[in-house]
Amino acid sequence: MDVTTRGVPPTTAEREAVDSVLGPAPERDLHDVTGGHSLRTKRHLLLPTLHAVNDRVGWLSQQAIDHIAERLDLGPAEVYGVASFYALFSMDERPAHQTHVCVDVACRSRGGMTEADLPPGVHASPCLGMCERAPSAFVTEAGDPHRQAVAGHVTAVDVQRFAAGEFPSPEAAPAACIPQIGSDDLVLLHRAGRIDPLDLDGYLADRGFEALARARQLGPAATIAAVTESGLIGRGGAGFPTGRKWEAVRSQEAGPHYLVCNADESEPGTFKDRVLIENDPFALIEAICIAAYATGCEQGYIYLRGEYPRARHTLEQAISACTERGLLGGESGFDLTLFVGAGAYICGEETAIFNSIEGYRGEPRNKPPFPFQAGLFGKPTVVNNVETLMNVPYILLDGHAAEHRVFCLSGAVQRPGVYEVPYGETLGGLIELAGGLRDGSELRAVLLGGAAGNFVGPDDLDLVLSPDDVRAAGLSLGSGVVMVVDQHADLVDLVKRIAAFFRDESCGQCVPCRVGTVRQEEAIDRIIAGTNREVDLALLQEIGTVMQDASICGLGQTAYNAIESAVVRLRVFS
Amino acid sequence: MVGLATVFGAGGGTSSYQEAEAADVIVMWGSNARNAHPIFFHHVLTAIHNGAKLYVVDPRRSETAQFADRWLGLHVGTDIALSNTIAREIIHAGLADLSFIERATTGFDEYAASVEDWTLERGEQVTGVPADAIRELAHAYATADAAQLCWTLGITEHHNGVDNVLALCNLAILTGQVGRFGAGLTPLRGQNNVQGGGDMGALPNKLPGFQDVEDDESRAKFEAEWGTKVPAEDGWHLTEMFEAMERDELRSLFVIGENPAQSEADVSKAIELLSSRDHLVVLDIYLTKTAELADVVLPGSASWCESDGTVTNSERRVQRVRKALDPPGEARDDIDILLDLAARLGQEWHYDDHEQIWDELRRLSPMHAGMSWARLDELGGIQWPCYSDDTIEPPYLHGRLWADDPADRGRPAPFSVVHDEPPVESLSDEFPLRLTTGRRLDSYNTGVQSGGYRSPNRLGETIDISPEDAERLSIADGEMVRVSSPRGTVDAPARIDPALRPGLVFMTFHFPDEVDVNQLTIDATDPRSGTAEFKAAAVRIDKFVSPVGVSG
Repeated sequence: MDVTTRGVPPTTAEREAVDSVLGPAPERDLHDVTGGHSLRTKRHLLLPTLHAVNDRVGWLSQQAIDHIAERLDLGPAEVYGVASFYALFSMDERPAHQTHVCVDVACRSRGGMTEADLPPGVHASPCLGMCERAPSAFVTEAGDPHRQAVAGHVTAVDVQRFAAGEFPSPEAAPAACIPQIGSDDLVLLHRAGRIDPLDLDGYLADRGFEALARARQLGPAATIAAVTESGLIGRGGAGFPTGRKWEAVRSQEAGPHYLVCNADESEPGTFKDRVLIENDPFALIEAICIAAYATGCEQGYIYLRGEYPRARHTLEQAISACTERGLLGGESGFDLTLFVGAGAYICGEETAIFNSIEGYRGEPRNKPPFPFQAGLFGKPTVVNNVETLMNVPYILLDGHAAEHRVFCLSGAVQRPGVYEVPYGETLGGLIELAGGLRDGSELRAVLLGGAAGNFVGPDDLDLVLSPDDVRAAGLSLGSGVVMVVDQHADLVDLVKRIAAFFRDESCGQCVPCRVGTVRQEEAIDRIIAGTNREVDLALLQEIGTVMQDASICGLGQTAYNAIESAVVRLRVFS
Repeated sequence: MVGLATVFGAGGGTSSYQEAEAADVIVMWGSNARNAHPIFFHHVLTAIHNGAKLYVVDPRRSETAQFADRWLGLHVGTDIALSNTIAREIIHAGLADLSFIERATTGFDEYAASVEDWTLERGEQVTGVPADAIRELAHAYATADAAQLCWTLGITEHHNGVDNVLALCNLAILTGQVGRFGAGLTPLRGQNNVQGGGDMGALPNKLPGFQDVEDDESRAKFEAEWGTKVPAEDGWHLTEMFEAMERDELRSLFVIGENPAQSEADVSKAIELLSSRDHLVVLDIYLTKTAELADVVLPGSASWCESDGTVTNSERRVQRVRKALDPPGEARDDIDILLDLAARLGQEWHYDDHEQIWDELRRLSPMHAGMSWARLDELGGIQWPCYSDDTIEPPYLHGRLWADDPADRGRPAPFSVVHDEPPVESLSDEFPLRLTTGRRLDSYNTGVQSGGYRSPNRLGETIDISPEDAERLSIADGEMVRVSSPRGTVDAPARIDPALRPGLVFMTFHFPDEVDVNQLTIDATDPRSGTAEFKAAAVRIDKFVSPVGVSG
């Protein structure tokens, strides 16, 4: 298109960063230029290109935006619109070294910093997915190569050091997040701590890729039937039967079919997918290959949130090892691409993830059409969460009923971390498994299922953590969050934070959510201030109902859940 | 229009806007529609969105070319060379539609022989476009289910403009890309009602409805209705009129809504001729430069809001316009002026209202017969032809060429043997740069109707020059330079534009009061269409020293 720019050329670093994704710009040709569709079909490279520049230079200048627009045949405003959607990108010049400190519920409830405590220049971040090490931080340094690292058990002094340019010390081994390590009861987590996560031979020796071979023996239809019979339902939050989803994609005539593995784990209090990836990346890749085989996909994406540097490194290494062995790419008939997000909770929504990959603002789409009809690039698409997929090899190899779940325990327990338990476990039993409450702690509440889930009280410890029991109790397991709140945490402050989280993460596309999350937060502020409490509580209920009924995606629909449970079950404002 | 009429018998685009949206290949040849025909280009954008491939043939990598799947940047004036090369490639690749050619065309063998020498290599050598690009366009056009071939003044504003059009028509009948839904030839019209002017007989050789002036039967019909004689011979077109003025055969002039004192090529000569007439009358809504030269100025009405009637757009759609305002001051409805003038000349015509005039046209012009105002209102406009009150023809023309019955097929479409001819004015050491002219989005023609409005896009007149030439001539962006052709000199700021290649420069003609670009252009004209070679003059650029007068 006839892109109009300011005509200022990019810097050498910006140009090199863009070229690292898009290849060198074509030479000026005076008689023959190819463009049009062949350029516009590269739009899915927009987010990786923005990443490349932001990672290299630290921010996105106007001339960088212009240059990217010219290279991808997009309007600069369009590029700006996408770039400014993501929290990890900056449109303003800033130092290469940046510190992000988690101010979300899990870290807050463990004495983490709040927005007001942060030194100047340090970013207040929503949940960083490191809740077992709360409070946590994420440090980035632009350059070639750029550096990223996370830090747990962060103190105010640590934050000062990071802000002054220091980097966190290296993380403990990935298996350190799994207190159950070595237990014979583990299925999904059974390799953790036993096999080097990046040793493909070790994986192959432990029945690796046998499940894929089994699937190929069975054929797609029987593979899907086995998954359906196992009772596997989605672990990302919505709990849709996986087999039915696969069958719907498989039976679509339109092609090609795409697979998206949703690893944009951003629900506050959730970190299980990171732990699964860091401990057993090949199992995820094998599961993806099986899903792709069963549903007829030749191209798959893993969409990983941008704040997971080790998971990113692990997947890059694992994908390249599999590619070298011919397990991915080439004659395997299936390409798998790692796609890294840039800080936007909403991109974990199953249609927003498509827009994000396609190079648009990560705004959810209206449904229908559903992803199995018209998903990524408008084609039939299977979208599955990491944990969901990782059940699949065991279903095929051992005929396992998919009745284990992985939970993220955080807050006031002795041993926070990832736990794998069968459906029959109770909430109280799970907390006991984590060593019970910390010394001197008194249970006040549990946030179950994340910010989009619900608070339950000390009376609910007998709750059986199976899908049916939880649904019967009017609750949701969501993404497996079990965040234990004790008397040292300020519940009102947590409720306020949840409201602020949704206000901040609403993509702004649909009115009920864009306006509702703001009004919800304002009402809570007024209730805390104590004037006209009854009126505002009624208003809060009304706003919640509107968001639930009229928002187009799960973000708005669930933005009142936890707050309502805090008001009704915990009576925080009484 | 002459070229299309020669091949198909009707001087109009063959397709409708909706067909552009349905095409799977669109070729825009010598057309910067993105800027010059933005409404049509919206339909092209829809087509692109629907998956159509766009090829743009233009010496400049214009705004339109920047949307193209492939831009073919030919040398100015090598359109026939390119078209003949494409034709040879289509024939040799076995992609010609031989059954269509046999049934619906004549002259194929001679045509095929005439393009035989135009190998891809020779085509590349003459046009500058790589053989691979020519081949891709040839194959894409020939194998498309439905291809649109669109052009504008880049084709027609040449001394051999008619041959250029014929060369494009050849490609359409060679591949059967005409007379079917989505497939057709689309010359874009630059004014909202330029088609309507032709429809209503504002052509030297046509009566309303494209009926021949020299046909006795047609003339008799009009004479009976109007109660007066109609001259039995074709008249002059605009360029012939200027030639007749030079010979002093044409001594008086009545100019309606045209501004030749600024729009003609070699404009100094045009002004001199207009100023020396016995009597010059101008009817216009603005006091144009031409009106300033007139003995009598008749202030007319703005047809879109101060008069009732119809307009016809590029896709032959006749649409109603309705009067919303009375003309200001002494301005009057053009119809009333013309009727008064007729009365003074001894012919009393009376109409109760404008609809009566339209109904008279419907009696006289078969292709408008079915278009009552009521029906135009009801259907939101009707495309011609429309022969009766209860029929609507397909949106495309010349479907007859595909008819099974030879009688229905009518006159076959003839191939035309056309030869590559360089522009009249060659480049020389003294004038080494090729100047081509065109339009921008923010302005309209000589600026009479657009200059009064501000536009954030408006740059004013510039001479656009390639980065390479700018560097060679040590010219900075925005620097005032002097541009000279064998006919005149103007001063304008340079604008460095990578859309241009070395040796090629570009100007508009939107700001004749400030920079009179038509001082530079050449009035070499195609005798058949009367259109001048605005697209190819030879110029030189010098560093600016001191201002020159507008007269050069």
